Amino acid sequence: MKEEVICAGFGGQGIMVLGKILALAAMKEDKFVTWMPSYGAEVRGGTAHSMVVISDREITSPVITNPTTAIVMNQPSLDKFLPKTKAQGLVIVNTSLAKVNPTRKDLEILKVPATEMAAKLGNIKVANMIILGAYLAKRKTLSLESVLNALPETISAEFLELNEIALRTGFNL
Amino acid sequence: MKERILLCGNEAIGEGAIQAGCQFYAGYPITPQNELTAYMARRMNEEGRVFIQSESEISAINMVFGASLAGARAMTSSSSPGISLKQEGISYLVGCELPAVIINIMRGGPGLGNIAPSQADYFQATKGGGHGDYHTIVLAPSSVEEAFSLTFLAFDLADLYRNPVIILGDGVLGQMMEPVSQIQNSRPKVKNYSKDWILNGCRGRNPRIIRSLLLGEGELEKHNQRLQKKFKEIKEKEVRFEALYLEDADFILVSYGTVSRICKAVVSNLRSLGKKIGLIRPVSLWPFPEEIIKKTAKRLKGILVVEMSAGQMLEDVKISVEGACPVYFYGRMGGGVPTEEEIFKQVIAL
Repeated sequence: MKEEVICAGFGGQGIMVLGKILALAAMKEDKFVTWMPSYGAEVRGGTAHSMVVISDREITSPVITNPTTAIVMNQPSLDKFLPKTKAQGLVIVNTSLAKVNPTRKDLEILKVPATEMAAKLGNIKVANMIILGAYLAKRKTLSLESVLNALPETISAEFLELNEIALRTGFNL
Repeated sequence: MKERILLCGNEAIGEGAIQAGCQFYAGYPITPQNELTAYMARRMNEEGRVFIQSESEISAINMVFGASLAGARAMTSSSSPGISLKQEGISYLVGCELPAVIINIMRGGPGLGNIAPSQADYFQATKGGGHGDYHTIVLAPSSVEEAFSLTFLAFDLADLYRNPVIILGDGVLGQMMEPVSQIQNSRPKVKNYSKDWILNGCRGRNPRIIRSLLLGEGELEKHNQRLQKKFKEIKEKEVRFEALYLEDADFILVSYGTVSRICKAVVSNLRSLGKKIGLIRPVSLWPFPEEIIKKTAKRLKGILVVEMSAGQMLEDVKISVEGACPVYFYGRMGGGVPTEEEIFKQVIAL
């Protein structure tokens, strides 16, 4: 098993945290894992992405050119990573902020109106947790429990419950 | 079960320094090593040690000079353009035989270049870098775990030989997060080196002098001979490398740092196809593992050197091989990171 995930979106959408939680959960499941941010001249409101490699074997390069899964939170990220995703790969799109115009038939595309769903939960910032939940349900690379266990290490106690609810909401879609 | 934590390379270097008893850190921010400066800002303060964000890279290396001659374990860090600025200070440190640890998380050059990973400072790090006949010890970690352990080692080597030690990483190593276990499980012991040469006030003893200006007739040549004797000893004792499948290999890859991880995957893929391929990963870039390469080359059909540069370590490999087998090269520059597929194709094409 080797899963190469790119999480992408606007700065401020919790893209880095999304990747880190995946990485922490993978570590808790004793898998090999690397996490790497795109560290260009990123600014709040610009696009950013993080790369997470999860594997049963030692990981060689943490740099992902062609992901097996792309989790995209906005239009520029969709435009950038849909063409790069490996054949038979998975693209999860936040359809609240991106319109899918499928040009490729060799991909599985999962549409989640994550920002709208998060707004219904009272805070658009948890859109990342909703889409993470949807990913876990779809790919089963990691268990929901491991991710729930990883949450307290990156999310402050004040927002923990809301993030858990958002994660479960996405998972139970 | 082993307790593991998730750290990036920059933070692991910082923790390596903290646990090695680093008492003084000065640095000026630059991507892709900022997590290290940020880590030191927090941890040095927690430990009641000295952290200074200096006004420039040049002042940082000279502050390290001052801290070191007063006997403190001292470190600075930067990335390529900032390391170029420090070269004068590094030459002075070697001239004065002062220990120091210098971290270079390399980015693309020349000039300001970009902030993507690179290995193009190999020449600068291993061949001296500043003016004068000298070497710094250069260690190249290839994982977050090793970023920790080699930084810890760097402080010991610096004190042991009274010479600066450089940790040479790249943007990928600095930014990448991996689980690490060693940091919490087996805290290494900090060695104490008696420093009978430091300037700590001469009440009750004769004054000591630390300087690199030696104007007396023959004085500087004698000093250089002594330095060279020390470098010879380092070459004899401090070579470090990792080797894979050398017993039966008829072709090997040579690479270091981030690139060696990618090469390892290529080696294991080719092995599963029945190819007799091996790998040598220099861990110490200076002193360079000449002997093992020389010995192995005699029974090889060829060597492929892979770097994120136009071919710098390549020269040291060729010097070591002494023409015993062909040496090929594959490199990416200016922030390009070679992929498994690219290297695989290169090997197959040979």
